[in-house]
Amino acid sequence: MTRPMLEARGLTLHFGAIPALVDVTIDVAEGEVVAIVGESGSGKTTLLRVLSGLMPPDAGTVRWLGEDVHAMGEAARRRLLRTDWGFVHQNPRDGLRLNVSAGGNVGERLMAIGARHYGNIRGEALSWLAKVEIDATRIDDLPRTFSGGMQQRLQIARTLVTHPKLVFMDEPTGGLDVSVQARLLDLIRSLSRELGLSVLIVTHDIAAARLLADRILVMRRGRVVEQGLTDRVLDDPQHPYTQLLVSSVLAA
Amino acid sequence: MSALLRTEGVAKAFTLHLQGGTRIPVLGGVDLVVSPGECVALWGPSGAGKSTLMRCLYGNYGAGAGRILLRHRGEEIDLVTADPRTVIEARRETIGYVSQFLRVIPRVATRDIVAEPMIARGMVKAEALARATALLSRLNLPDRLHGLPPATFSGGEQQRVNLARGFAPGYPVLLLDEPTASLDAGNRAVVVEMIREAKAAGTAVVGIFHDAEVREAVADRLFDVIPHQDAA
Ligand SMILES: Nc1ncnc2c1ncn2[C@@H]1O[C@H](COP(=O)(O)OP(=O)(O)OP(=O)(O)O)[C@@H](O)[C@H]1O
Ligand SMILES: Nc1ncnc2c1ncn2[C@@H]1O[C@H](COP(=O)(O)OP(=O)(O)OP(=O)(O)O)[C@@H](O)[C@H]1O
Ligand SMILES: [Mg+2]
Ligand SMILES: [Mg+2]
Repeated sequence: MTRPMLEARGLTLHFGAIPALVDVTIDVAEGEVVAIVGESGSGKTTLLRVLSGLMPPDAGTVRWLGEDVHAMGEAARRRLLRTDWGFVHQNPRDGLRLNVSAGGNVGERLMAIGARHYGNIRGEALSWLAKVEIDATRIDDLPRTFSGGMQQRLQIARTLVTHPKLVFMDEPTGGLDVSVQARLLDLIRSLSRELGLSVLIVTHDIAAARLLADRILVMRRGRVVEQGLTDRVLDDPQHPYTQLLVSSVLAA
Repeated sequence: MSALLRTEGVAKAFTLHLQGGTRIPVLGGVDLVVSPGECVALWGPSGAGKSTLMRCLYGNYGAGAGRILLRHRGEEIDLVTADPRTVIEARRETIGYVSQFLRVIPRVATRDIVAEPMIARGMVKAEALARATALLSRLNLPDRLHGLPPATFSGGEQQRVNLARGFAPGYPVLLLDEPTASLDAGNRAVVVEMIREAKAAGTAVVGIFHDAEVREAVADRLFDVIPHQDAA
């Protein structure tokens, strides 16, 4: 078996008396989709922030392709965020530049990794807008004129245009209405398969986790209480908290 | 010939933490052996644990004890202890499962749902779609439905989509939980034919067949699943 691309061991982080992460170990292999579920405040966002190097842990290590993420310099880490990694935020405003056109939002990421030919960049931007089902006529519009679902699809296009190896997603469908969520999930599902992406996705939505993820981790109070094959964890949950979580959703 | 799938002392109990930790023992000491080209029918009263055993065989439920040995890539792997990535790989290449009900994937067309496992195994998309269409037609699913997501289909139509998806890749081991439950006589006959063809091709089949006619037509032997209170 190939070695996981992302490997984190024994992550612990406290905010004062709050244990946000307690001895969390997680890895993600190439092409694998891993979901993190758990109640509000259980440490999911904190885990993504620590894994992506935005926040150092009190203890534990994060390795990307064998290299210690928290030991590398700021410049190297920023380069990772531009190239190997992508980040899809819950709020598209955190992932988009609102005063730049839709096409510019997508093209900008390409330019950040060295693309210079205007025609190619615009062509690539157009093809990505089509992939996320945004009409080509909207390419010069500002994202603030888009609906929430469109903004989220634009954020996905902006993130994936540079072909990252691993995409962190924090509640990418939160705050959207149900039919829009379904469309977005379908998009994430087909793009991750088509591009062979690894995805680490935080979600409240058990049905979404079942649809997308190969593996699932259940977090509670900073700890991973159960993890494994998605359908096994959801259909034959062992931990009391997972049983509660699964029983409180209808036919996920 | 050596077994494609065998179990040794498989046990399974459920602990219901939300019901004060009630423990429900279901399976104990299950020793099952299935050879290539053979169809074994799980047999026992309702609630005996037939579906539970089948889900354990697919790795969908975790067995509490024992071993579930699947011949995968020329070696036996133990699905009880295998890590998730190995189970996923075995499901892609070696073992298929047709559940009683289709799990609908939103917005994905029927034909793509059926083609998906073939594409995952490396078949060219056009070929996979052609095979999907052929199987759906063989199961008498009208052409006009092939391009639609099955969310609005009838129970019998969804079950045929499920069957096409399960049979299409030609897994060496196939698990079938009441595959003909919601089908009419014509479609039951098609499924019987498909099971016979799979057996002839060397597939090891484990099935739960409430329909006596279907069972007699395809099963080589019965395997008793004993309700736990009756077990020694
Ligand atoms: N920068 C911070 N300073 C202090 N406490 C923090 C900080 N960030 C997070 N916390 C606390 O750490 C805990 C975990 O927060 P986190 O945002 O990781 O939760 P979450 O699982 O993402 O929750 P939600 O599902 O509500 O987004 C919470 O108790 C939170 O209040
Ligand atoms: N996920 C689960 N959690 C708790 N109990 C379960 C679960 N799955 C099955 N059981 C219990 O296991 C026992 C066996 O059920 P199972 O569905 O395997 O029976 P079966 O032999 O397939 O019956 P039928 O012929 O009616 O389909 C039942 O008591 C059932 O309630
Ligand atoms: Mg959060
Ligand atoms: Mg059953």
